Amino acid sequence: MGDYTSEELQSIFIMQSFSGLSLFSVLLLMGLGLALIFGQMGVINMAHGEFMALGAYTVYFCSHLTDSYAPTFGPYYFIFAILLAFFICALLGALVEWAMIRHLYHRPLDTLLATWGLSLILQQTYRSTFGAREVTPTLPEWLMGSYNIKEGLDIPINGMFVLGLSIVVTIALITFMYRSSFGLRLRATVQNRKMSAAVGINTAKVDRLAFSLGCGIAGIAGAAFTTIGSTGPDSGSRYIVDAFLVVVAGGTASLLGCLASAFGIAQAQSILEFFLEGTKGKVATLLVIVIALMIRPQGLFPSKVRGH
Amino acid sequence: MKIKPLRYLGLQVACLAFAAAVAHAKPPTAEVNTTGLAVTDDTVTVGQLHSATGTMAISETGSIQAEQLAIDQINAMGGVLGRQIKVIKEDGASDWPTFAEKAKKLLVSDKVGTVFGCWTSASRKAVLPVFEKENGMLYYPTFYEGLEQSKNVIYTGQEATQQILAGLDWIAKEKGAKTFYLVGSDYIWPRTSMKIARKHIENVLKGTVVGEEFYALGSTSFGSLINKIKLKKPDVIYAAVVGGSNVSFYKQLAAAGINSSKQTLLTISVTEDEVLGIGGENLAGFYSAMKYFQSLDNENNKAFVKAFKEKYGADSVIGDVTQAGYLGPWLWKAAVEKANSFDIDKIAAASPGIELTTAPEGYVKLHENHHLWSKLRIGQWLKDGQAKVLYESELIEPDPFPKGYQ
Repeated sequence: MGDYTSEELQSIFIMQSFSGLSLFSVLLLMGLGLALIFGQMGVINMAHGEFMALGAYTVYFCSHLTDSYAPTFGPYYFIFAILLAFFICALLGALVEWAMIRHLYHRPLDTLLATWGLSLILQQTYRSTFGAREVTPTLPEWLMGSYNIKEGLDIPINGMFVLGLSIVVTIALITFMYRSSFGLRLRATVQNRKMSAAVGINTAKVDRLAFSLGCGIAGIAGAAFTTIGSTGPDSGSRYIVDAFLVVVAGGTASLLGCLASAFGIAQAQSILEFFLEGTKGKVATLLVIVIALMIRPQGLFPSKVRGH
Repeated sequence: MKIKPLRYLGLQVACLAFAAAVAHAKPPTAEVNTTGLAVTDDTVTVGQLHSATGTMAISETGSIQAEQLAIDQINAMGGVLGRQIKVIKEDGASDWPTFAEKAKKLLVSDKVGTVFGCWTSASRKAVLPVFEKENGMLYYPTFYEGLEQSKNVIYTGQEATQQILAGLDWIAKEKGAKTFYLVGSDYIWPRTSMKIARKHIENVLKGTVVGEEFYALGSTSFGSLINKIKLKKPDVIYAAVVGGSNVSFYKQLAAAGINSSKQTLLTISVTEDEVLGIGGENLAGFYSAMKYFQSLDNENNKAFVKAFKEKYGADSVIGDVTQAGYLGPWLWKAAVEKANSFDIDKIAAASPGIELTTAPEGYVKLHENHHLWSKLRIGQWLKDGQAKVLYESELIEPDPFPKGYQ
């Protein structure tokens, strides 16, 4: 990096750290909902990516409505759209759990197939409803552009927004899991379903709430991604690989593991992409994950709970 | 779209009268079809082979529409050698083996007179052996990497040198550019294009390539790349990023404070179709090198844009490849009429030298190597998603196997 001033290198270092953080927040949002469903309930939800796409389409739909009927609402609609994305996805999640998943709890491989079928159905529904073309919502002005700290040092505002959002979601989820009575019941059900039922916990209700919460978080993730990319009918299948990567590398039953693996993968990818080139950076990142999983097959933070 | 009944009736009568007049003049089927193609006294059947479903449907829809428009217009004029064109549509479903299978079906079972189709190089490579073995004819609309030439294919898009060299010359001259950063998606077309671009920059323009990077198809994180670009400060970013990645790439550039007031960017992969997804505001001021832009100001193009919008809606946009798709049926018609035959061998032999003066992009001519002579244009993107054409080259000779660039 021969002839650069130390000031330039400093700026790049700060921006590079931020781009790592920003990737981390994206991966974390992708992984959280899945970690809840896969980790806590043992359901492999192949349609998770499509729930993210649904969140993104919700934002697109809201943006379209705002543009057509209430342009003055433009700067604020995005916040409401995220909330709406959460509720719509949670609602669909509850419906899917009731109609499909609950019949398959004892057949994990069948849930894999059933949710994959669901993902195909959803993809085709998006294609028929919104068209095959990728769409992008009109984003409010305040989310665009960058925060210019000094010459040559720009921090993207959308990146900061996604980072902030993922911190809020993570804290909310952890509080919910470890400080609320529902969280207690959920953890009890995961540890020992029969015993929980025996002490009066309605495990079926817990399952449905947990599944729909996971889907709701996927909706938030999808909504947030509209600030960095476009949404098409197949977007979900692009997200799902990264989401599973984060959850599996983190140790499936642990939110802390999800946090750590999202951070590790994001930093590795961001740094490797900087010093190698794009594709090679990604290859090197995947190699690191493979090696990490060979050394620790249970993921970074394996569940300490005895299997049941 | 509503058509007034009276006018519609008038049109029908005119068509019938015209068809009847032509019917007397048309040559007998046995003469124009000696190889058993699907040609009758009144009709000729052709195939259309694109992805109507799957990831490529986004891109291929424009070509499907433009080819259909051209076929409708040719039929309204009385067809080809007095025969109305019937179309068999097959869906390649964005899956390359499916393309090969459907191509075989069109050629062997349906005996189609010609096929308009394919979009990605991968699909073209998959069907090429089928077309060569069964001796079919394919009109291929996409700009592509070159390094290919076949008796059985007519390439209506640009090969790489037609799109790359003149564009780089222009940017070097206009902007005094010396340093270039090359960015592309990771597959054959960007890789080959960047190889040609690098040779041209280093050997002809005497500039330097300060970075060359490829990102997997569908990548959405370009943070590290953008930081590297900021560090290296190239005079020009030269981009061939495609598909969903395109949107992320330009959005993140804009978010990192890189816009046209600070940075020159020239791309060979953004047409009006892509701008719909990326958003004009994220692209405003950047340049594209294409042979066609929807905003081209000539009579042919005005008529084409009007007809296209009447058929497919006022919101529809027309990109470079869509226009190239539109040329296919017209070039085939011209070849059949010149050969006075539907036989593949005779069409192939008659094709070189065919000229179209009615093409929306302006005058084009078919070269002996089955590619088109075409112009290169530089368009600067505006916020509304249309491009302002700043530069137009002379007609460029197609050269699919460029010496010194491999």
